[in-house]
Amino acid sequence: MSAQVPERYRNDFLREVEERVEEGRWVKMCMQCGVCAGSCPFGPHWEHSPQKIFMMIRAGKRAEVLGSDSMWMCTSCYNCIVRCPRKLPITHIMHGLANYAHRLGLAPKGQPTREFARLFWDNCIKQGRANELKLTLGLYFKDGLAAGIKTALAMKGIGLGMFKAKRINPMELFGGHRIKDVKGLHAIIAKAREIEDRRKGYTS
Amino acid sequence: MTARVATNESILVVGGGISGMTAALEAAECGRQVILAEKTPTLGGRTALLYRYFPKMCHPVCGLEINLRRLKANRNLRILTMAEVVRIEGARGDYTATLRIAPRYVNENCTACGACAEAVASTIPNPYNYGLDRMKAAYLPHAMAYPQRYVLDPSIAGTEEGQQARAACRYGAIDLDMKEETIALKVGAVVWATGWKPYDAAKIQPYGYGRYANVITSVEFERLADPRGPTGGAILRPSDGKPAKNVAFIQCAGSRDENHLRHCSRICCMASLKQTQYLREAYGEDARSTIYYIDIRAIDRFEDFYQKVQHDATVRFVKSKVARIAEDEKTRNPILHGVDTEGYHHYATSHDLVVLAIGMEPEVTGAQVPAEVIEDSSGFIEGAADGGIVAAGVAAAPLDVNRAVQSATAASLRAIAVVHRAAATENA
Ligand SMILES: Cc1cc2nc3c(=O)[nH]c(=O)nc-3n(C[C@H](O)[C@H](O)[C@H](O)COP(=O)(O)OP(=O)(O)OC[C@H]3O[C@@H](n4cnc5c(N)ncnc54)[C@H](O)[C@@H]3O)c2cc1C
Repeated sequence: MSAQVPERYRNDFLREVEERVEEGRWVKMCMQCGVCAGSCPFGPHWEHSPQKIFMMIRAGKRAEVLGSDSMWMCTSCYNCIVRCPRKLPITHIMHGLANYAHRLGLAPKGQPTREFARLFWDNCIKQGRANELKLTLGLYFKDGLAAGIKTALAMKGIGLGMFKAKRINPMELFGGHRIKDVKGLHAIIAKAREIEDRRKGYTS
Repeated sequence: MTARVATNESILVVGGGISGMTAALEAAECGRQVILAEKTPTLGGRTALLYRYFPKMCHPVCGLEINLRRLKANRNLRILTMAEVVRIEGARGDYTATLRIAPRYVNENCTACGACAEAVASTIPNPYNYGLDRMKAAYLPHAMAYPQRYVLDPSIAGTEEGQQARAACRYGAIDLDMKEETIALKVGAVVWATGWKPYDAAKIQPYGYGRYANVITSVEFERLADPRGPTGGAILRPSDGKPAKNVAFIQCAGSRDENHLRHCSRICCMASLKQTQYLREAYGEDARSTIYYIDIRAIDRFEDFYQKVQHDATVRFVKSKVARIAEDEKTRNPILHGVDTEGYHHYATSHDLVVLAIGMEPEVTGAQVPAEVIEDSSGFIEGAADGGIVAAGVAAAPLDVNRAVQSATAASLRAIAVVHRAAATENA
C-alpha cells in the first residue's frame, strides 16, 4: 500500500476520515457527551473509547487513531448506537476505521481480532464457503506448532463431541466443500476491490 | 361573567398559563374583546408550580399577582376555566370555536373558606405537586389559584360525600347538578398558548426513573423545595425521608436526544443552576450539588447567573452526559456511571438524590390542535398558514418565562392585526 495518497491528507485527518472511512462523515456530529464511552461493556478496559477516538480524529492524531487496537476490540453489541443521542452509527464507524487502518497497513500487528478477521476472510473467499475445520485449526496454529498442538489437545473433547453430533466433518480437511463457481466469486471480489480502490483513491 | 357576545372581532386565547394570560391581557388592554379558555380549574399554568424563578430568584407569586390584578381590572376579558377548545372551524377573521366546559360543581358564591374540603375524606393524586402527594377530592388547586374557587372532583360529585360537602357549605356554592356544557364562539383570531409538559422520564431507561426511588425530575424538585409542596419545603429523599444534601443534576434528560426529544429545551440548564441554590438555601455549606452536563446553555444575560453559581463552592460541574444509573441496594443511593470529557475518566459516583433536568415537550402538538396548523419536527406550533391562528409561549418554542411573555405579546399583536382587519371590512 502506498503512502502517497494519505500524505495528501496528513494535516486534515478529519476530512480524510470523512472521505475514506465507512460512515466517517458522521464523526463531526459527535458532541462529546460521553454516553458511548459510558455505555460500552468494555468500560475502562480499552484505551480509546469511541468518544475519545472521535476527538482524536478531530485533533489530527492520525497515527494514534489508525494504530489503535480499540476498534478491533469492539464486539458489535450496538449499545453505543442505541444510546447515542445523535444517532451516530458508532459501531459501523469503529469497524470502518479498523478496515481503513488495515488497508493502509497501519493496524496493530498481531492484534488477535485482526488476525482472526484475516483468517476468516481468506478462509471464506478461497472456496466461497467457510471451512470451519480449517478455520479452527488455522486459529490453533497461528502461534506456531507447539502452541497449536497444545490448544488442539485441550479442545479435543469439544471436537469429538461436535464430530459425534455431526457438526464437524473431518473430511473437510481435504479440499472441503465449495460453491459452484469459485472463479466467478473471485472475479466479483476483485472487481469490488477495484471499485473501492478507485473510489477511495487507494493505489495498491 | 359578562354576557357580551363574541364576534369575529374577538380573540380567543387558548391556555391560561403565563403566556395565555399575557396575550389575553395585551389584547384586552388594547380594547379588544378577548376570551381566555383554560382547561384546568385555575389560571397560572406551570409557572405557578415553580418554587422560585430564575434569574431573580423571586417567587412566582409576584409575576402572577400583577397579571391577576390586571385581569380583574379588565372588562374586555372573559375567562373560562375547565374549558377545553375541541374544535376550530373557519378561517382567518371568521372562526367558530367549540369549547367543552367541565363541571366544577362549585359556583360563584364560593368564598374559598374550605369547609367543603373538611367535610370530605376521599383523596385524589395532587397534580399541582406532580402527583407526589394526594389532596382532598374537594380542593383549591393552589394558593395562587384564580379564580379563588374550590373544585369538587367528579369522583365524589354523585356520592354521599358530595352531599356532605354541599351540606358543609354555608354559601350555597356547591351545585351537584352541574353538567358538562358545550358552547360555540365566533372569533376572528386565535392565540394558541397551551404550553408544555415534562418529558416522561421513565422513557429514559438507563436512568431508572420509576425504578429507583431517589431518582426524581426537576419539576418534582421544584415542589420539594416549595414550602407549599409535599414536604413543606424540606429537600428529603423519597426512599427514607432523610435530608438529600448530596444531589446530582443530570442535564439533557430527554432533550437534545434523537431517541427522545430532538430539541434543546433551553431552560433546563438554568433550572438546574437555580436548583443548586435551593440546596444551598436548605443546607448552607453542607450542600453538595453536582451538575452533569454536555455544555451549559445559559443564554444571553443568564451567563451572569451561571458565573455566580460557578463560584459557589458547594457546586461542582462534571462535563459528561451520565451513561447510566445503578442503585446501591443497601443505602438506596443512586450511583452514576459515565466518562467525563475533561480527561476521559470513568466515574461511578454515589449521590443521595438525582434530579433529572427533564425536557419540555409541547402539551399539545399540531396533530392535536383542532385546526390546521404548521408545526416543527418536535411538535411546537407556528400557527395557521393564513395567520389567523398564532402560537405563543412554550406552545411555540421552549422558552423561559421572560421570553414566553415576549412571545405572547408578539402573538397578541398579530392577533389584534387580524381582528382589526376583520373589523375594517365589516364596517366598510
Ligand atoms: C423544572 C423547570 C423549571 C423552570 N424554572 C423556570 C424559571 O425559574 N424561570 C423561568 O423563566 N422559566 C422557568 N421554567 C420555564 C417555564 O416553566 C415556562 O417558560 C412557562 O411555564 C411557560 O408558560 P406557558 O404559559 O407558555 O405554558 P404553561 O405554563 O404550560 O401554560 C399552558 C396552559 O395552557 C393550558 N392548556 C393546555 N392545553 C389546553 C387546551 N387544550 N385547552 C385549554 N387550555 C389548555 C394548561 O392547562 C396551562 O394552564 C422552568 C421550566 C422547568 C421545566
